[in-house]
Amino acid sequence: MTASAFGPILTAGITGGQQAFPFLTALVLVPAGAAVLVMLLPRSATWAIRAAGMAATLAVLGIAAAVLDQFQAGFGGYQMVSEHPWIAPLGISWTLGVDGISLFLVLMSAVLFPVALAGATARENPKSFTAWVLFLEAACLGSFLSIDVLLFFLFFEATLVPVYFLIAGWGHERRGYAATKFFLYTFAASAFMLVGIVSLVFIHQGQTGVTTFDIRELASTHLSGTADIVLFLSFTAAFAVKAPVFPFHTWSPDAYGESPAAGSVLLAGVMAKLGTYGIIRFDLGLFPHAVVVLAPLLLTLGVVGIIYGGIVAAVQHDLKRLVAYSSLAHLGFIVVGLFALTGESLSGAVLQMVNHGIYTAALFLLIAMIYRRRGTFAIPKLKGLQSSAPVLAAVFTVVMLASIGVPGLNGFVGEFLILSGTFLTHRWWAVAATGGVVVAAAYFLWAYQRVFHGKAEPVTGEAPFAEMTWREALVLAPLVVLIVALGVYPQPVLERITPSVDALVLHVEQAAHPRIPLAGQPVSGTLAARTSTAYSSSVTLQLGTGGERVPATRATGRETKGART
Amino acid sequence: MIHAAFLIPILPLAGFAVLFSLGRRLGNPLAGWLATAMVAASFVVTVIVFVALFQQAPAHREFTQSWFTWFGAGRLRVGAGILVDPLSMTMAAFITGVSSLIHLYSIGYMKHDEQFPKFFTYLNLFVFAMLMLVLADNFVLSFFGWEGVGVCSYFLIAFWFERDEAASAGKKAMIFNRIGDAGFLVALFLIFERTGSFEYTTVFSRLGHVGTPSLVAIALLLFLGAVGKSAQIPLFPWLADAMAGPTPVSALIHAATMVTAGVYLMCRINPILHLTPDAAHVIAWVGAVTAFVGATSACAQNDIKKVLAYSTVSQLGYMFLAAGSGAYVAAIFLMLTHAFYKALLFLGSGSVIHAMDEDQDIKNMGGLARLMPITGVTFLIGWFSIAGVPPFSGFWSKGDVLQNAWAVTPALWVIGAVSALLTAYYMGREYFLVFLGERRWTEARPVADGHGKELGHGLHPHDPSWHMSLPLVVLATLAALGGFIDLPFHPNLVFLERWLDPVVGPSLLQTHFSVGQEWLFSVVDAVIAVTGVLVAASVWRASSSRPALEPRFLFMAWFVDRGEDRLVARTSTALANFTATVVESRIVDGAVNGVADLTRWSGERLRRIQSGYVRNYALGLVAGLVVLVAYVLVRVGS
Repeated sequence: MTASAFGPILTAGITGGQQAFPFLTALVLVPAGAAVLVMLLPRSATWAIRAAGMAATLAVLGIAAAVLDQFQAGFGGYQMVSEHPWIAPLGISWTLGVDGISLFLVLMSAVLFPVALAGATARENPKSFTAWVLFLEAACLGSFLSIDVLLFFLFFEATLVPVYFLIAGWGHERRGYAATKFFLYTFAASAFMLVGIVSLVFIHQGQTGVTTFDIRELASTHLSGTADIVLFLSFTAAFAVKAPVFPFHTWSPDAYGESPAAGSVLLAGVMAKLGTYGIIRFDLGLFPHAVVVLAPLLLTLGVVGIIYGGIVAAVQHDLKRLVAYSSLAHLGFIVVGLFALTGESLSGAVLQMVNHGIYTAALFLLIAMIYRRRGTFAIPKLKGLQSSAPVLAAVFTVVMLASIGVPGLNGFVGEFLILSGTFLTHRWWAVAATGGVVVAAAYFLWAYQRVFHGKAEPVTGEAPFAEMTWREALVLAPLVVLIVALGVYPQPVLERITPSVDALVLHVEQAAHPRIPLAGQPVSGTLAARTSTAYSSSVTLQLGTGGERVPATRATGRETKGART
Repeated sequence: MIHAAFLIPILPLAGFAVLFSLGRRLGNPLAGWLATAMVAASFVVTVIVFVALFQQAPAHREFTQSWFTWFGAGRLRVGAGILVDPLSMTMAAFITGVSSLIHLYSIGYMKHDEQFPKFFTYLNLFVFAMLMLVLADNFVLSFFGWEGVGVCSYFLIAFWFERDEAASAGKKAMIFNRIGDAGFLVALFLIFERTGSFEYTTVFSRLGHVGTPSLVAIALLLFLGAVGKSAQIPLFPWLADAMAGPTPVSALIHAATMVTAGVYLMCRINPILHLTPDAAHVIAWVGAVTAFVGATSACAQNDIKKVLAYSTVSQLGYMFLAAGSGAYVAAIFLMLTHAFYKALLFLGSGSVIHAMDEDQDIKNMGGLARLMPITGVTFLIGWFSIAGVPPFSGFWSKGDVLQNAWAVTPALWVIGAVSALLTAYYMGREYFLVFLGERRWTEARPVADGHGKELGHGLHPHDPSWHMSLPLVVLATLAALGGFIDLPFHPNLVFLERWLDPVVGPSLLQTHFSVGQEWLFSVVDAVIAVTGVLVAASVWRASSSRPALEPRFLFMAWFVDRGEDRLVARTSTALANFTATVVESRIVDGAVNGVADLTRWSGERLRRIQSGYVRNYALGLVAGLVVLVAYVLVRVGS
């Protein structure tokens, strides 16, 4: 491995030499291998298929836990890198690594897959269903772990296939339309990214003579203004559709709504994060200058998504579509946090990706439980469920409150970090986004009232709405525990996220404002890439442990305006 | 002993945890007793800490207890920890004290309710959140408590969720609160941007660098939060609807504690308000106008609890009037005495509602004093206290507020004085209609449908069990004597003022009025109160209906609720429908489907020449595009 943008951190003895066990490769290969194994099992061996699926996803969870255990907090670079040449002449390699940004996305995925399999497995043809889910897990984890851009792209695209078949094979009434729309929309957007990848590699090769797809090396490519912007847009097209970001979201209500429960859980919980993860990893990593230039545009789309998603969610009659639009709003928060480019907002955005995955998955599972009992997602057809199912209602309430952003539950911490960080650099966007907090309470509480409150009107021949079963409770328990734990004490998670985020913020600042001198190397630890606050009378330039303040010309310009005092 | 302070919020939290997991098994009444014991224990700890704090020298009555880092990233750090100082301990003492009494009362009041354990689960959670709000050592943790009490309020208003009006009221309360909370949040962002911290002591020590415009913005945004939480104009309609919750909830949350959180916040940020007199004036005026609107609206209500609800709105207005006038001690003083007499009045009304078998219309009552002597007498004490009849507590606290208002501008005093007259009058109206006069109910009257109670037995009004009577008596004692914690006339008698001095600074009044003028104010206050009482007596002693005195616009609370419903709720619903059906379906998604249709259409055309599969064609297109654009970019890039 040659020098790279993040090289100094990486070589600073973090990995402790080669790993004894290739954890990251195993994370990808275990579910992939299990998928193949399930394919080989006879169709009738339902029990064995289910057991294999469960065992494989739980094994992945175990490996992910081991990765968390091995992960060294306080370092911003990639850890546990496993690197194998693949298509050497083209510089394509099997390079996997994990850092603070991807670590908890990997863990969240590792939690959600077994939960989805346990909570929402298919009755018909479980063999193909399980195989597709395992295949999807391999692709998702591969995406989060790839350091090689082309490898990322392959995994990123590979996720489409299982989801397409999950929707088309096990979906609801309009599954054909939804699956096709999902596939074509996201596939077309990805084509732009492929163009971008190829172009970037060509440009890099022209400058250095080295053909490589390694993001750590591509990050040092010098791009002209136009190329920078165009390449940024080509990557962002893919990510904006995948997330989705307003106005590229219209596939998502259809896809979420028509998916089988497991599909909705994984689409909204895991796959939406591929889009936002792509933004932070590739947009911010590769095109920092374009990011700074176009941040206002993306921030605006994020804020519009927050308000627009909330407004449209309010008048949905279908619970799943309601959650789909609420997801649009929540992803708007994440996008805002990403493009506000502060340590606070970016850390908040990464944490919020994890949070959103957890509570949205729980919401879709709860909605699936309602569907199993009543055969409908239509809000007007449901009423007074709390009377006969108080526990289910209570769990729904907790998850809903997390989603609304009530402090003490996980949604608040991410949102608060995003908004307070955004306020430092883009005040009015933050203020507008805060309005989304009111809207979220309005549409969710209204929906809750219509579904759970009131007196149930018994229909003849219909059994009373059944309480949550032990099995269902067991499936939801890990998610509810995480919702509370991450709301009360998220600091251990944040401690592992922030060094990577701070390094990234510094990377963006340096690229955008090259006149800030490099003090040796990007340093880990707390680092706020700006000088704010009127109380600090002088602008200090300190890196490292002391002042923990680095000036940013962007901030100082606004600061003089703000300091009218 | 100050180190035991962490137990104050932890005990109710432990109660919540036990009830949450074992509540149903504990059942009725054990769950209630457990909850009551936890809050009472918290009260005992509070008293111990309070005394320990009192033994310190006044300048050293401030202790911070840091628990752990809640979250942090970049330069932002939010800790979990508590601040023990005279203000927070005063709040904690009355919160745990009044809560204990109301918990005890609830054991009797909720006796027949199927959801008995759940009620106490929520109640303990509420007390925990309320204590975190007042004890927190930083703004964000206070916001945690702030939202926590809001959520509990939502749960408890919608406690009888099968009733549509209760469910709607819960939702409405939460949404109105959230509007204010948005202001609170933006204030937090601004505080962080300007001071780099959220801790009260750090923030207040850095105010000199913040600059007036930002300070005004912070003060007004936090006040917006307070307007939502404390039901001030224009965000007060939710409080009247919140009466759909069980009466102990109305007493605890919607009179004594939660709704005063906004006032607490204003007192806590007194260093900020001190630097922003303009913002303080806004607060004072909003408070004064709310006091008037609330008092007038209370004059025309027929629901025994709605009279009290608008009365609470009005009294909270007085508290903001005081805080905005820089009289933080007066605000806290009124908050304390109000907690005593308003909790008393609500609990008394709860006894009446039980006795009348869930009928809440005061026009259907009358003559209950003789049948329910304890309720009748304690309610009378509550009336005289809120009316400001000397020497009951309200006389002293409201007098303090009005005097301070005069010091700002006599116009505020006039509004306050008129509202005071109305206060004595509307509570008199309620007292006469409920407890005196002729009986407008019969023992055989068909019983109103409550919430699934046993129907059909006749009415035999009587005083409630001791669980419910004891709190009435204790609160009545406090309401009668509570004024003596802060007496005017002599600097040695202002106990509360001297206690709070390290936090809120000395009162501005000491130099403002002479002792003679203070006596004059007191006499005028007394005359106002007695006049209101006498007017109420002359009007309502003999009649139960005076349409001229109960105009519709007051019954509708100045049409604020309806106006907001028309203006905001309906327009936003229409807007949302338009967005979903037109913008989303036709335009945003329409464009997507349009592209698809266009592709299909051109595909049909091209099929004649291509005759191959569309996917091959698409693949070729993509591949060509890749090469083409890549080529161009390479040229541009190098």
